[in-house]
Amino acid sequence: MNEEQTALVLEKLKEKYGSSLLAHAEKPDGVIVVVNKENAYALLEYLKTDTEFAYTYLVDVTAVDNSQLESELERFDYARFIVVYHLYSYRGHPRVRVKVPVHERALRIQSVTSLWNGANWLERETYDMFGISFEGHPELRRILMPDDFDGHPLRKDYPLRGRGERESFNFERQNV
Amino acid sequence: MHAELDQTTGEKMVLNFGPQHPATHGTLRIVLELDGESILKATPHAGYLHTGFEKLGEHLDYNQYIVVTDRMNYLSPLSNNFGYVLAVEQLLGIEVPKRCQYIRVLMAELSRLADHLLWLGTAALDLGAFSVFLYSFREREKLYSIFEKTTGARLTTSYTRVGGVLRDLYAGCEEDIRQFTTDFPKALRETHALLTRNRIWMDRTKGVGVISSEDAINYSLSGPCLRATGVQHDLRKAEPYSSYEEFTFEVPVGTNGDAYARYLVRMEEMIQSCHIVEQALDNLPTGPVNVVDNKISLPKKADAYGHIEGLIHHFKIIMDGHGIQPPRGEHYSATESPNGELGFYIVSDGSGTGYRIRIRPPSFFNFQALPHMLEGGMVSDTVAVLGSLNVIAGELDR
Repeated sequence: MNEEQTALVLEKLKEKYGSSLLAHAEKPDGVIVVVNKENAYALLEYLKTDTEFAYTYLVDVTAVDNSQLESELERFDYARFIVVYHLYSYRGHPRVRVKVPVHERALRIQSVTSLWNGANWLERETYDMFGISFEGHPELRRILMPDDFDGHPLRKDYPLRGRGERESFNFERQNV
Repeated sequence: MHAELDQTTGEKMVLNFGPQHPATHGTLRIVLELDGESILKATPHAGYLHTGFEKLGEHLDYNQYIVVTDRMNYLSPLSNNFGYVLAVEQLLGIEVPKRCQYIRVLMAELSRLADHLLWLGTAALDLGAFSVFLYSFREREKLYSIFEKTTGARLTTSYTRVGGVLRDLYAGCEEDIRQFTTDFPKALRETHALLTRNRIWMDRTKGVGVISSEDAINYSLSGPCLRATGVQHDLRKAEPYSSYEEFTFEVPVGTNGDAYARYLVRMEEMIQSCHIVEQALDNLPTGPVNVVDNKISLPKKADAYGHIEGLIHHFKIIMDGHGIQPPRGEHYSATESPNGELGFYIVSDGSGTGYRIRIRPPSFFNFQALPHMLEGGMVSDTVAVLGSLNVIAGELDR
């Protein structure tokens, strides 16, 4: 990748979605843009369908729970979760990482399964691990954890071990 | 007569495949809806081997987590070790010495060979070709002996370290590897003779489990499964890391994206890996195998026991809250593992443990696309298609 191309995709995004971009950066591993939830789908669709950039390959969809990262929380209006999309283009453009802040009071975001079939399981996993709903997903159910599992394990308030079993021992809780 | 029978019954049969099935090579499950022998609907289920590796990453320090990465992929643990430390090093902004880069390439390619050999043996065994299994495991055993001598373990290698590798190659390693690369093409020719023009093998794999290149990209396939559809994409060429730009090798591609194409692509990749291994040995630079930075690499044992500076550096790296602490930030790094793009997305809060470690496993996507390849086919093809994808359940479920 060269610097010119890095600037190119970022310039284009700033021009088209300037008002909805919350932050952007150029890093060695690609271009990072933070976009608000309302325009996230449109931006992703643009990146995929644009004939010049053609980000046809969805690398990954995941989320980060920022609840223990004070600086990030402040930056994005105390949105607890950031949904992260990694895109790749076969045209030699730099990788793009689209980040979308999602508030805990509205844990929903539009699904991108209509753009990429590969997003199906990724969104199911993000739902399973973080509890974020993807609107318009064909079958949003747990994928790694059992269907009747309570809680979302990759949230920061979920302990590494013990939940469930620990809660059934009342005497232990009194000692805390 | 046939049409009448179809009308009278009209019932679907549901067949459960796995999670314990000899052809799954791990615990995964597929629910097949059948009409006679043809598959109407296939629903893969994942999660039987979920171990919480991503959660563990938030509680282990950067060097401790290497141990987790090789448990994730039990066919080519070395390439997972490699992919992970590369991400941490890029997050730290350090570059390892040339010799270390070459040793890592060497080991990654040997583990690609080991992965493809195991895949070859088991995929052929699933379709009834028992002798191929014996031939490929004989070769794989030689590789595992080399791994064992180099890393101290056959499976749980944990060979890489942030900023280097555990130790340099052992004396006589080069001869062992050269012996292997000399013998290997002959062994592969034997396998070619057994399978490539074999009537049964071709009937079972040709035109089976077809996926087009557009669909493969749409399903985010990577590695041999993507290249078998005709997309010439290899991260070792597209985004060279660890000195891959200094090696000459071809990226084999298939044409029609069926199980046979995936077989041919993997067979050719083994030859190419052999070439890379030979080049790595020919041009192996001299020098240290760890970065010369006391904040990152452990001091020599003699220093740790004999000098106060060594002791302090050792203490600082090992103790909780003192060790390797990348700056606050995030990084995504991807390597071409034997099954495709293996990515690590690390978010650091500036402490000694990762804030979030996300693994982008290639098997996850390959398994997700399985219904697309199965539906409309015959139930007996399930084993052939699943075998051709080489789904590693440990990596799939993490």
